[in-house]
Amino acid sequence: MTSLRQATGVAATRILGIGSFQPERVVTNDDLSKVMDTNDQWIRDRVGIIERRFADKDELLVDMAVTAGKRALADAGLEPSDVDTVIVPNCTMPSPIPNAAGQVADRLGVTAAGAFDLNAACAGFCYGLSVASDLIKAGSSGRVLVIGAEKLTDVVDPIDRANAIIFADGAGAAVVGPSDTPQIGPVAWGSAGDLVDTIYMRDHRYIHQEGQSVFRWATTKIAPVALDAIAAAGLQPSDIDVLIPHQANLRIVEAIAKRLRAKGARDDMVVADDIKYSGNTSSASIPLALDHMRAAGRVSRADVVLAVGFGAGLSYAGQVFIAP
Amino acid sequence: MADKQLTEQDIVAGLAEIVEEVAGVAQDEVTKEKSFVDDLDIDSLSMVEIAVQAEDKFGVKIPDDELANLKTVGDAVTYVAKNS
Repeated sequence: MTSLRQATGVAATRILGIGSFQPERVVTNDDLSKVMDTNDQWIRDRVGIIERRFADKDELLVDMAVTAGKRALADAGLEPSDVDTVIVPNCTMPSPIPNAAGQVADRLGVTAAGAFDLNAACAGFCYGLSVASDLIKAGSSGRVLVIGAEKLTDVVDPIDRANAIIFADGAGAAVVGPSDTPQIGPVAWGSAGDLVDTIYMRDHRYIHQEGQSVFRWATTKIAPVALDAIAAAGLQPSDIDVLIPHQANLRIVEAIAKRLRAKGARDDMVVADDIKYSGNTSSASIPLALDHMRAAGRVSRADVVLAVGFGAGLSYAGQVFIAP
Repeated sequence: MADKQLTEQDIVAGLAEIVEEVAGVAQDEVTKEKSFVDDLDIDSLSMVEIAVQAEDKFGVKIPDDELANLKTVGDAVTYVAKNS
C-alpha cells in the first residue's frame, strides 16, 4: 500500500492574543421590566445580571466576530496573513448556510483561510480552543483565530421572562499559535445527549430551557469536568489562579467554584462574574470574560486559567491555559 | 443516615440544616406546615440545590418532576420518609 506523507506539527501551543466586542446598547433590568413582568431585584437574585448588551437589528453576528477578531490579532501583534484558519463557535447564525467563518476570514483579510463554524452551544469556545490547538499540533494549521460570537437576541422571545433576561450579544476571540512551552492543556469534553430536551428551540424559533433541570446538571456535573481538565494538565485544584466558567447564571458559576474549593481550589482563586454586565452570551462568554478581566487587572499574564463551557446538546468542555 | 430508619424529627432537622445552608433561613423557621416558596421565600433554583443536598443526605432520588410537588416542608418530609 502507498504510504502518504504526513504534515508535521509542533509539540505545544499557546494563546497569543485575545480581543472582544460588545454592542453599544446597554439594556438594564429596569428596561426589561417595562416590557415584561419582572424587576431588577428578581433578576439579580435569580441570575446575577445587572445589565447586558443587545445588538442593533442590522448589527450581525459576523460584524461582531470581525471586530473581536481584529482586536485579538492586534493584541497578538499579528497581521491577518499570519493566520491560516478561522473557527467561529456559535449557535445563532440566521441560517445554516452560509457559515460565519468564511465571511469573517474574508473581512479580516485572512486569504483563503480554512474556515468553519463549530456548534457546541455554550461550550463552543472551549471546544474551539481545543480544536485550534490540536490543528496546530497536528500540522494542519499554523495559527488559528477562534472567535466565539453570538446574537442571541435573534433567538429569544423578547417577552419571555425566563430567557429574555438572561441572553445577550457579543463576541470574544483568541489567536492560537505554536509555543516553546505547552500553555494550553488537554481538553476534558463530552456530551449528554440524553438531556437534549432540556434546551431547545421552541417552534424552531425561540430558545426554551427547562430551568431546574439545566441548573441541576450544571451545578452538579460540570465541576467534575473542570477537575478532569485540571488533572489532564498535570495540575492540582490549588494551582488554578483564575476560574472562568461559561457565564450562564451567577449562581451556577458560584456553585462550580464552591465545589472546586471543596476539592482544594484556593479561596483567593479569581472567579469570573462577567455575566453581571454582559449577560449570557453563549460561546462568547468565556473569551469576553477573559478580556474584560484582563483589562480590569483581575487576570495577569502567566496566570493559570481554568475555563469550562457547558450548554445545549447538552455539551461540555474545559481546559487549563496560561493567560496571554 | 440512610441505613437506619429515619424519624420524622430527623428528617425535619436534616432539611432545616440544608435549607439554612442553601437559603440562609434560620433552622427553627423550617417546620412542617411551612411552604418553601410562600413562607420561606425559597426560589425554584434554591429548591434544586436543596433537593441535591437532600439526595446526598437521605439517600433518596428527587427528580425535577417530583420536586414540583414538594410545596411544603411536610411534603418533603413525607417524600423522604417514603423513599429513603
